Amino acid sequence: MTSQRGAGGGARLKAAGLAAVALAAPFGLSACGGGDAGASDGVFTAGHSEPDHLVPANTTSSYAFDVISELFDNLMTLDTGGRAVPLAAESVTSGDQRVWTIKVRPGQRFHNGEPVTAQSFADAWNNAAYGPGAMATNEYFSYIKGYEELNPEGRNAEPEADTLSGVDVVDQHTLKVSLNDPFSQFPMLLTYPAYAPMPKAGLKDLKAFDTHPIGNGPYEMDGNWERNEQIKLVAFSGYTGPRKPRNKGVIWKSYSSADTAYTDLRAGRIDVLQTIPSAKVAEAKRLLGDRFLPRETGTIDYLGFPVWDKRFASADLRRAISMAIDRQGINKAVYNGDYIPADSLLPAIIEGHRPNACGEPCTHDPAKARQLFAKAGGFSGTLELYFSNAQPTYAQWMRIVANSLRDTFGIKDIQFRQVPASDYFSMLRERGEKGPYRQNWEADYPSAQNYLENMWSSAANRMGWTSKAFDDLIAKANRTADPREGIRFYNQAEDIAIREMPMIPLWTWAGQGGRSENVGNVTITPYSTGLVATDVTVK
Amino acid sequence: MWRYTVRRLLQAVPVFIGTTLLIYAMVFALPGDPIQALAGDKPVPENVLRTLRDKYNLDDPLLVQYAKYMWGLVQGDLGENYTGQSVSEMLGGRWAVTAQLAITAWIFELLIGIVLGVWAGLRRGKLADTLVLGGTTLVIAVPVFVIGSLAQILFGLRWQIFPTAGTDDGWPMSYLLPGIVLGSLGLSYVARLTRTGLAENLRADYVRTARAKGLSRTRVVGRHALRNSLIPVVTYLGVDFGNLMGGAIVTEGIFNLPGIGQQVFQSIQLKEGPVVVGAVTVLVLIFLLVSLLVDLLYGIFDPRIRYE
Repeated sequence: MTSQRGAGGGARLKAAGLAAVALAAPFGLSACGGGDAGASDGVFTAGHSEPDHLVPANTTSSYAFDVISELFDNLMTLDTGGRAVPLAAESVTSGDQRVWTIKVRPGQRFHNGEPVTAQSFADAWNNAAYGPGAMATNEYFSYIKGYEELNPEGRNAEPEADTLSGVDVVDQHTLKVSLNDPFSQFPMLLTYPAYAPMPKAGLKDLKAFDTHPIGNGPYEMDGNWERNEQIKLVAFSGYTGPRKPRNKGVIWKSYSSADTAYTDLRAGRIDVLQTIPSAKVAEAKRLLGDRFLPRETGTIDYLGFPVWDKRFASADLRRAISMAIDRQGINKAVYNGDYIPADSLLPAIIEGHRPNACGEPCTHDPAKARQLFAKAGGFSGTLELYFSNAQPTYAQWMRIVANSLRDTFGIKDIQFRQVPASDYFSMLRERGEKGPYRQNWEADYPSAQNYLENMWSSAANRMGWTSKAFDDLIAKANRTADPREGIRFYNQAEDIAIREMPMIPLWTWAGQGGRSENVGNVTITPYSTGLVATDVTVK
Repeated sequence: MWRYTVRRLLQAVPVFIGTTLLIYAMVFALPGDPIQALAGDKPVPENVLRTLRDKYNLDDPLLVQYAKYMWGLVQGDLGENYTGQSVSEMLGGRWAVTAQLAITAWIFELLIGIVLGVWAGLRRGKLADTLVLGGTTLVIAVPVFVIGSLAQILFGLRWQIFPTAGTDDGWPMSYLLPGIVLGSLGLSYVARLTRTGLAENLRADYVRTARAKGLSRTRVVGRHALRNSLIPVVTYLGVDFGNLMGGAIVTEGIFNLPGIGQQVFQSIQLKEGPVVVGAVTVLVLIFLLVSLLVDLLYGIFDPRIRYE
């Protein structure tokens, strides 16, 4: 469920390459578009990797979010501090955190002129949640009542309904949404791109909508998606919302190589690049000066334990392993010292993060680690370490971890299990791992709940760890209306997970971007909103 | 000659069926789940996984999958990849890019390669010869990745003679630098083949006879010696055109040209059988066609060759 905004860890451009246009005309095809980026026409260019889809409900790719967040106004959005604030909504309220009343701001229109109503949201959500549609974000709608009827268990089972019974269109501008359980973070969930509205025309022809999405946001498509080349957006003249663009448009250029995108940034052929390949970061710092744009992110790397395996059943052993790992040393050796060693289960950018909440278990202390290791009865047999081949850096830091474990505990027999990225999650799902495994999480929305419930709760975690106390506290926090009190419960749950340590938090990623001299006021948020395109000024 | 051509074309049919089955089986044998591969480093919800596996017949045995694919193919349908995009649409624009790149590179290696080869061949053992031999050895020895990145930084970034990357400026501007980089390896072989052939033939009896007849030097070299020397060059150029069409993965990557090579590379990683088979099949057909053309050209260069 995480979407990967590239950050530091090597060539991160992954793409499902695609292209259009007819087979003939080998020489007739010369794409137009400014050779010089930006220039005086008020339009700027940004580089990224080719998205997979542009239908908001059918993608979890951050490259798609780059475009979608500019084409669509969700009911709620995130401000630069990561708090949920209304965007297409006037208000989102609930008395019991289970039934939510949403007032849609009147007077909004889609790019094709159709008015944005409560129905536009209901239609889009029903479409996303309908099982046979196989939308990539289908599961994000499981909070809403009626989801089970649209997604029956078992092969070839026909759904009993095609609309969510929990979504009730009260009048043209009012939605009433009933959830399965009380969920105080629902306004946060509404910021997720999948919850965007859709016009009737889009529902009628999803394929056409994918190449030419019609949204309600500050920008509209300028022509169709030119696959593998570019996506051109222009400011939408009929926009009435609060995100009025300070430029005339943005062109998203597709790159299959992160290095080439960076070279084009240096050449001034693109104005904004959100991810500089990690091998080029040191050079970029020097060459770009104040045009180098570092940022904190919300992506955490973890080392999880298969706690169903008896050898990893002792919390002391798991804590011992955590204390044998030199997080800062690995950070310096592998990530230029740009990453942030984990001192909590929540990244610093998340509300509810307490500095040093983890305390001793997250500090490098070989002597103490040995004591705990002995107390737990040691470890026998082969220690297998699992990671995917998605990034070369995974193998690099796993080797350092293995060395630490060998030196600290004298574990002789350590084996690396590098699994193809396409097999990695199938393996975890089937509990195929026989030892500690690497995992990461990039939040869908910046809430403590998103990290704790998705990664640690008994129903969702991959470690096979169960804690009723933890689950109860999360449920209690989800029921709590007062945000401050809610965070208190999330933190109490966090403390339980730290004590048991079924999964070790390692570090938070850093993101490094850059801009050209043509543009100013470039903000890149660590959330799904990414680049704040509307704020960019063009010289 | 017509009978020969038709027979050669008919031979393409079993080759076509064989390659499609072979490629399909190889993609099928790759480890990993294609639906999971789409999602990269993140898990796919169970119900989405199930629906998509059904939709794309992924739980069928290999031969059933292949039969379903071929049934679509004979109806002119290249199928869809696993994100629901039509393969013919995906490949269409990419063929255009690849064709422009390959033709640019090919013309470059043909013209410059033959000129350099003739220059060196006529001055065997002299400075020109040493220069060409040394230069081409260097190009062959240095990986294309290094040549490409270096050329991009020097000609694109530092001196700004060519665009650094992308197809914005259209043909020829966007394709010149990548074309030269891509063609540099082939150029080296063409130059060396021409040089050796020419140097050898210049000492042959028929050239001495031609000289003795009092023919001009241009005519001796151009019409007699060079024409004969070109047979291995034409063979190489023919095969290399196929290579340029399919094997430009590195160059396409460096210069951000969305061509066939990149697509095949990505699709292999994503286990997208229909895309790989679609692209590779066309490449095979191009190879067959070019080698037929090359064989027919032999007759023009050497009147002794006849076709039955």
